[in-house]
Amino acid sequence: MRNLKEPSVLPGFGITLGITLAYLSLIVLIPLSGLFMTTAQVSFEEFWKTVTSPRVMNAYRVTFGASFLAAFINVFFGLIVTWVLVRYKFYGKRIMDAMVDLPFALPTAVAGIALTVLYSPRGWIGRYFEPLGIKIAFTPIGITIALVFIGLPFVVRTVQPVLEDMNREYEEAAVSLGATRWQTFYRVILPELTPALMTGFAMALARALGEYGSVIFIAGNMPGVSEIVPLIIITKLEQYDYTGATSIAVVMLLASFLMLFAINLLQTWSRRRRDE
Amino acid sequence: MNRFIAGLTAAILLFVSLPAALCAAESIQLLNVSYDPTRELYEKYNALFAKYWQDKTGQQVMVRMSHGGSGKQARSVIEGLQADVVTLALAYDVDAIAEKGRKLLPPDWQQKLPNNSAPYTSTIVFLVRKGNPKQIRDWDDLVHPGVQVITPNPKISGAARWSFLAAWGYALKKNGGEDSAQQFVAQLYHNVPVLDSGARASTTTFVQRGIGDVLLAWENEAYLAASEFGDGQFDIVTPSISMLAEPSVAVVEKNAARHATQDAARAYLEQLYSEDAQELIASLYYRPSDSKVAKKYASKFASIKLLRIDDLGGWQAVQKKHFDDGGTFDQIYAP
Repeated sequence: MRNLKEPSVLPGFGITLGITLAYLSLIVLIPLSGLFMTTAQVSFEEFWKTVTSPRVMNAYRVTFGASFLAAFINVFFGLIVTWVLVRYKFYGKRIMDAMVDLPFALPTAVAGIALTVLYSPRGWIGRYFEPLGIKIAFTPIGITIALVFIGLPFVVRTVQPVLEDMNREYEEAAVSLGATRWQTFYRVILPELTPALMTGFAMALARALGEYGSVIFIAGNMPGVSEIVPLIIITKLEQYDYTGATSIAVVMLLASFLMLFAINLLQTWSRRRRDE
Repeated sequence: MNRFIAGLTAAILLFVSLPAALCAAESIQLLNVSYDPTRELYEKYNALFAKYWQDKTGQQVMVRMSHGGSGKQARSVIEGLQADVVTLALAYDVDAIAEKGRKLLPPDWQQKLPNNSAPYTSTIVFLVRKGNPKQIRDWDDLVHPGVQVITPNPKISGAARWSFLAAWGYALKKNGGEDSAQQFVAQLYHNVPVLDSGARASTTTFVQRGIGDVLLAWENEAYLAASEFGDGQFDIVTPSISMLAEPSVAVVEKNAARHATQDAARAYLEQLYSEDAQELIASLYYRPSDSKVAKKYASKFASIKLLRIDDLGGWQAVQKKHFDDGGTFDQIYAP
């Protein structure tokens, strides 16, 4: 045990590691292994048939497509929001800062219902799009909007501390050395923020993939068009098809894990490139 | 190392002891696991029963309620929710508890109480906008192009299954032949712009969001919507044929035995058939099973030709044929 820890002025390595292991097992490891154990009850052919049926494939497309799109939108606008909150002083900034956290705090069902009210064909916003032939609520566009809403704080709150710590002298140096404004942003500021933006992207994406509460109201749930994967899982459970539900859950879990892992690699790579 | 083990034990002990500490109880308690739209009914009935039980035995009884989608509630009970009684939307869900719940219920539960263990029944009717601008009179009018129908997803909502079956039953009777019935429901569902996840969600879509021309609703929900949300914004249309929905009740014998609450649990359900309870049931727009009370409130309920689930082959067959993966409903949306 000695060689595992670095010298510390505070004792308690053994007890905290013990608690950590027990806690992680109870909260994360045991439930997830239960998922795999239930799925292991079916043969591989059956598993494959369940997770690749046309309806489920369509749901993957909707869920992953809308989640990626929402995460990208959030990275772009989240950066602008963070920039304004960190770099400028203006009246009402505190309130704006607090507002960013609302999607965290609001029960997702409330958010979903509120968004549906706004974007449905008779809603405050939806009614202006209806004559143009654009339907927002009850289509994948509506799903994306709900996912943008719940993902925003993840990007802002991961980028904010990094931007706050960033030394303005670099920018001043870049400009005084003759860099254009665009060059200053692109070559000095952005590389510094990229790892944080990626973390924000990954978190917003992960959150969006599993989101049920806010999406279900605005999605319309039309099979093959706006049906999300979590809804398919609920549908399977409603038929008491436990193994079918867990099969799809396992696919989602593996896909999310692989994506987060890939984003992590990218992050390490971009950090190393910056340091060189 | 010792401390490492101490930490591990402390964490485990904390998790094990926490739920145990929360379960201490004194007077007799019942847990009634029910579906969504029965909130108002059981809130009032529980007070009625508490008084009856106190008068009879001197014992105080507290009935706790759990509401949710019928299928989800059944699953909770199967997985160990300590329900003493279940009062669900479909016999199919109670069957599922009997089948998968490790002898929680006897297989013949439906014979234990009168009227197929359904103390009240209901049916599916149409709720339309004031003045019925689209002239909707019967199921035929729902398949016209340009009519928007609001109903939840029958794969996850009990009420929606009744609606689907009512349309199916109508088409079978009218046109004969399953092919034309399938065509009929397919046309109907092509007029559905939103498939909500439950009956209440659909009511909200229709009433508050203003979407759709007709809502397929529980009779009691339709009356509630018509009387509570704005006077005269909606009209109720009763179709020529609908389903006789029998929400089922049952004592979860094994749980009740463990809690020593069998007598109270049984009485709780039996009293649902008493005259007082039936009056209460009728006042909330459920159809009473007691013939005397039914006669008294006959004017309140339109007479519809009601099909029984057994006319269509019973729940097990119906679920498999229409709502399981690859069934009639999935075929409607097959690309």
